[in-house]
Amino acid sequence: MKVILFTLLFLFPNINIFASGNYNEMPKHQWSFDGISGTFDRASIQRGYKVYREVCAGCHSMKLLYYRDLIDIGFSADEVKAIAAEYTVLDGPNDEGEMFERSARPSDHFVSPFSNEQEARLNNNGSYPPDLSVITKAKKHGYNYIYNLLLGYKEPPEDFDIGEGMYYNQWKEGNQIAMAQPLDEDYVDYDDGTENTLPQLAKDVTTFLVWSAEPELEVRKNLGIKVVLFFIILGFIVFFAKNRLWKNVH
Amino acid sequence: MSGSSEPKKYKNSFLNWIEFRLPIVSYIEKEYKDYPMPKNCNYFWSFGALATILLVVLIISGVFLAMNYTPHTDLAFESVERIMRDVSYGWFLRYLHSNGAAFFFIAVYIHMIRSMYYGSYKYPRELNWILGVFIYLLMMATSFLGYTLPWGQMSYWGATVITNLFSAIPVIGEGLKTWILGDYNVGNATLNRFFALHYVLPFVILGVVGLHVVAVHVHGSNNPVGIDIKSKKDTVSFFPYMIIKDTLAVCVLGVIISIVIFFGPNLMAEVDNYIPANPMVTPSHIVANWYLAPFYAILRAIPDKLGGVTLMFAAILILFVLPWLDTSKTRSCNYRPIYKWFMMLFFVNFFILGYVGMKPAEGTYLLIARIGLVYYFSFLLILTPLVGKIEKPKQMPASISDIYSDINLTKSEYKKETN
Repeated sequence: MKVILFTLLFLFPNINIFASGNYNEMPKHQWSFDGISGTFDRASIQRGYKVYREVCAGCHSMKLLYYRDLIDIGFSADEVKAIAAEYTVLDGPNDEGEMFERSARPSDHFVSPFSNEQEARLNNNGSYPPDLSVITKAKKHGYNYIYNLLLGYKEPPEDFDIGEGMYYNQWKEGNQIAMAQPLDEDYVDYDDGTENTLPQLAKDVTTFLVWSAEPELEVRKNLGIKVVLFFIILGFIVFFAKNRLWKNVH
Repeated sequence: MSGSSEPKKYKNSFLNWIEFRLPIVSYIEKEYKDYPMPKNCNYFWSFGALATILLVVLIISGVFLAMNYTPHTDLAFESVERIMRDVSYGWFLRYLHSNGAAFFFIAVYIHMIRSMYYGSYKYPRELNWILGVFIYLLMMATSFLGYTLPWGQMSYWGATVITNLFSAIPVIGEGLKTWILGDYNVGNATLNRFFALHYVLPFVILGVVGLHVVAVHVHGSNNPVGIDIKSKKDTVSFFPYMIIKDTLAVCVLGVIISIVIFFGPNLMAEVDNYIPANPMVTPSHIVANWYLAPFYAILRAIPDKLGGVTLMFAAILILFVLPWLDTSKTRSCNYRPIYKWFMMLFFVNFFILGYVGMKPAEGTYLLIARIGLVYYFSFLLILTPLVGKIEKPKQMPASISDIYSDINLTKSEYKKETN
């Protein structure tokens, strides 16, 4: 008991430190991947990928993903091949020593919208759209923040002094963001007939980004339940053995 | 036959063969089977074993991580993410390693608290305490080096801030900093050497842990009463009595660490470290790892850089002389009515220092850090020598086995009275 108590005592105040921040009021939402047995909604990830591909990918790279990773979210190998083929990558040098362009393969990384940071900044009013591969792990409040941010565009209050080329967002620290409102109703048409309202688009793309940041999430949680159960059961056996052994000592 | 001249000690002829040439079998038997442990030791005495197990887990997971890691500024971040995504159970290796390090510190902190509260550092175990503080120092260095390796924003800026401390040293400071970094700024040369050092230091720690264990076995373990073993009645053998308790402790640790690894692997991580290092962008506030935060708080509590660095190192180094600062002969705080409370306050104070060390150094946080700093040093330098002289310790039992007979006595007396 003491062990548990003291370890928890040590652990939890620290966790609270990390959880607290300037904007504690960040609303939390219901997600299928929350909780100890959380799983991804495959259809939602696929829709989210469509949102990413048609909207976000205009500015944001996802360099850590391969096209082959899309097989994990329910695309067939042929579909992935077709998706990859829509992009061109620079390869080479070939036998003549020349660099050449070819269409991407499933084994290629997601093709970035800009070839380097300078080009990205030039096209985005001087700011650099971050890579989205692990964005939900790289922001305080994670996926709830991303979702809220996408819905958080508002008219600035009258006394708010907004910078040149900046937009007002309720959830961004400092309330100024260089990205214009990226999503709105009807921006993306879903193939499966799901309503394309803004909250739905935001929810799907957030789910996609969580999968991208933590593709191991389902395996991890599933294994976790087994490992914790193993230690609990072994712990009970050892506990009874210990009691029996120590009974005559005192 | 060489074996025939030697009296057969073991049924197994292979063990006899080994024992004749290297008496390691009897050593293990003596130190890990028959080794007498005071029978009143509570579960605080399991944390040394837990820390050792965590160290081994860290070394093994670390070796496998190193097989897939690339110590280059352009590739380090991606190679870590590749481990998480494409290496079989790579995410497990990495989360085990990063959270294991945090739990290693938790175990060692509890181990140190136990040692301080029950006075384990006093005669004749002073050298043991010194070796322990040395391990703690090595751990801090190793964890700092390891934190640099993923080459995220916090890695880069943490390394920049900490190595900058050396430049505060007069005359040689700047040169020393450049010598450590291998460059004028934190860069590829730094990352390379930090990786090399992070790989080798854990083995040094393991070596010192070996000495630490051998040293404690010379005079035996302390116990909650803090009196020496008088007879065999006071003890139990290490195997199976302590082993089974340690195994139970491992199971409890297993449950807690698994919950963190599998369900909240990033709870103790900084979000900024998932952004690749960028020397052009400074994070809004650079924080130390929580397990080093108390010393970070002391560092920032002093407005002068050199003063802060000096006090920070003094706060750690002063621990080396704790056995000689304490003037009391009584080991256990259970029998020290005044010092006990100052000791408890010292632990709470250390915890609070850690808390403010993670907050911006301004306003109330800075004030708290300064008060905490004053208590940290006055406890060790003033209260510890002073209270030992003026305090009257409580009556102690004559032997460890007496505790149990005392309990029985009071119980039967109590029965008589109620009857």
